[in-house]
Amino acid sequence: MARDRLTKIMFMCRQAPYGSVYAYEGLEVMLIFAAYEQEYAAAFVDDGVFDLKKDKDSSGIGMKEFSTTYRVMEDYGIEKVYVDGQSMKDRGLTPDDLMIPVEVVDRDTIAKVMAEQDVVLPF
Amino acid sequence: MLHTVNKSPFDRSALASCLASAQPDDHILLFEDGVFAAKAGTKYESMVKEAAGKYKVYALGPDLQARGIDAIVDGVEICDYAGFVALAADNVMCPWL
Repeated sequence: MARDRLTKIMFMCRQAPYGSVYAYEGLEVMLIFAAYEQEYAAAFVDDGVFDLKKDKDSSGIGMKEFSTTYRVMEDYGIEKVYVDGQSMKDRGLTPDDLMIPVEVVDRDTIAKVMAEQDVVLPF
Repeated sequence: MLHTVNKSPFDRSALASCLASAQPDDHILLFEDGVFAAKAGTKYESMVKEAAGKYKVYALGPDLQARGIDAIVDGVEICDYAGFVALAADNVMCPWL
């Protein structure tokens, strides 16, 4: 499908880190995709908001600490990062708890951004 | 009995099901994504606090640390791997997957 503009791609991150591979795989896919110049956005909703929690230390569970890598998203061209405010509130998180600056929005806003995408990739 | 919960309460009903089945004097150990239930300030805080008043509720320390959870619900005890093994050796296990 040829377009006369960049393809709009959104990464929808809904799973917590470590308990499953989704968060880690999602991050890897985001960085691999970002090598190609397209228009990217990421949304963190439900337990996905825990992915961005700062001060994690996974040395005690023998798993690779990958979450600091979220800090390079902006440099890789994933500049629009949306986080669902209600998901954060339910989990007792504030923007200060997160390791990168994000846009805290409601689900309606995320739904509107989703509707503008050519592709939505779930993790 | 030792009930173990390794799923996030926000994602699955494992903890709610566990609490509906636990008996006085039972132990409940939260590990892996189950430790999100032990985080202070979440919408499940009152449920977990109430559970900690009825049962012995533990959260696995290394899993809390990995997820950056430093403040936990009052009454929940932090347990290490050796404590987990000791509980498993002393009790009949019921894992809520």
